[in-house]
Amino acid sequence: MLRINCPHCGERDHSEFAYGGDATIKYPSLDNADQEAWFRAVFIRKNPRGKHSELWQHVGGCREWLVVERDTLTHEIFSVTSARVLAEGGQ
Amino acid sequence: MQRYSVFSLLGNALTGNRNWERAWRDPDPKPEYDVIVIGGGGHGLSTAYYLAKEHGVRKVALLEKGYLGGGNVGRNTTIVRSNYMIPGNTEFYELSLKLWEELSRDLNYNVMFSQRGQVSLATSPAQMEAYSRRGNVMRMNGIDAELLDREQLMKLLPYLDYSPSARYRLHGGMIQQRAGTARHDAVAWGYARGASNRGVDLIQQCEVLGFLREGDRIVGVETTKGPIRAKKVAMAVAGSTTTLAEKAGLELPIESHLLQAFVTEPLKPMIHHVISFATAHFYISQSDKGGLVLGGDLDGYNSYAQRGNLPVVDEVLTIAKALIPSLSRLRVLRHWAGVMDMSMDGSPIIDISPIPGLYINCGWCYGGFKATPASGFTFAHTIARDEPHPCNAKLRLDRFRRGYQIDERGAGPVPGWH
Ligand SMILES: Cc1cc2nc3c(=O)[nH]c(=O)nc-3n(C[C@H](O)[C@H](O)[C@H](O)COP(=O)(O)OP(=O)(O)OC[C@H]3O[C@@H](n4cnc5c(N)ncnc54)[C@H](O)[C@@H]3O)c2cc1C
Ligand SMILES: [Zn+2]
Repeated sequence: MLRINCPHCGERDHSEFAYGGDATIKYPSLDNADQEAWFRAVFIRKNPRGKHSELWQHVGGCREWLVVERDTLTHEIFSVTSARVLAEGGQ
Repeated sequence: MQRYSVFSLLGNALTGNRNWERAWRDPDPKPEYDVIVIGGGGHGLSTAYYLAKEHGVRKVALLEKGYLGGGNVGRNTTIVRSNYMIPGNTEFYELSLKLWEELSRDLNYNVMFSQRGQVSLATSPAQMEAYSRRGNVMRMNGIDAELLDREQLMKLLPYLDYSPSARYRLHGGMIQQRAGTARHDAVAWGYARGASNRGVDLIQQCEVLGFLREGDRIVGVETTKGPIRAKKVAMAVAGSTTTLAEKAGLELPIESHLLQAFVTEPLKPMIHHVISFATAHFYISQSDKGGLVLGGDLDGYNSYAQRGNLPVVDEVLTIAKALIPSLSRLRVLRHWAGVMDMSMDGSPIIDISPIPGLYINCGWCYGGFKATPASGFTFAHTIARDEPHPCNAKLRLDRFRRGYQIDERGAGPVPGWH
């Protein structure tokens, strides 16, 4: 069981959270017609064996989207930050 | 080579089983090959076998970092079926099932293929409709499928919970009679023996660390046993696909996820079929030793950890007990996990890669065991002829770029949902 430390609710079992995948993917803007950019954003994944930046939503709690830095081999969690705070430039 | 037969069994029994030959040779690597296959799982071994057998490629080496059959091929729940509906998968998995039906004879090795029938359960009228559509597509492609109504299901699988208070209301199901299970280790060993006897060098404890290049062409591999050159290099490394492909400079539409399985203490024969339950993603069958083999969903997030996780244990065993109440006091003996290549559309990739000299076989998600014969058969064709076989013509890498994904489940580009 992973234990994720939600900045709002405290440390909880990961079964309270929904996984949202790779947090480093930047989708092109909707008016961007570049096929290659869309192909890469939708389908290509770095899939690291080690440190991975990923999205989790605390659906069983505050419902906030979080960015979790986790090791995919050891399950060690390095940091948990609100995705909104990160998007606004971090604090 | 020593052939296995009634006479070899008798002869060896009478001489105290001291004279059996090794099943395969254990050679040192040569400096150069026509084809190097990386990965001694089911897919790598079958590829090497068919390269030698169907295409007469003379100098083939298979490199395995651990021991043959030590990967997912020895870690899965052994279900073999061909009830796929989407063009691309339909013909591919049916080719595989046809090869399974001949495999023990072809390899002169008993892979214990048991066509006990696989039942897919439906819990709503809508799901019954979906199965009748799937069954019709299968039958139009010459694949066997039969619908079962609730009464037929009660007769066939009397131990499921049909009571008014049942957690799941069972409406019926679909059965593929030709589906079943096979002994997974035997599949690896049978292909290994067959390949070795046809001249393939199977080299264990030999990890591929990187690639040899001339210009942009791959001309061999760097290994823990030194450099080995080859005209063509083919990879079939399941849970290591991303990390190895990265060394060749190839990025793929793949995520690694964990899949767990469980086995209980042995019982007398009780579950005669393979049962799949899509409503809650659960499946169960009984092994020849009597243990019930069961499994469920992925753990759900990227992982290379290769060990299980309690939420899934809880979930799978809860579903098992809800469907088959009589299992409630049974003990689970073991559970384990394998690292799966989850592709972005849930279907595999067998292709010539964009990097000259490199061929790829990956993205099997959690259904790759049933694919073992056809995967090797079509991959060998692709490598030897430099063009896909008709049965893997739609399983190419560029389908993602061109917008021709094969999304059997309709889940979209989210690997964890397939
Ligand atoms: C719990 C579980 C249940 C499953 N149930 C089913 C099922 O019921 N039916 C079904 O059809 N499928 C099932 N699968 C999926 C199936 O097992 C896999 O899709 C399939 O076995 C993968 O192909 P493989 O056998 O070639 O892989 P593997 O056996 O994993 O072979 C890959 C090999 O490559 C080697 N390797 C990796 N990197 C290197 C390197 N750098 N150098 C040299 N060697 C390397 C590894 O050591 C390994 O031996 C299940 C999987 C799991 C984990
Ligand atoms: Zn929270």
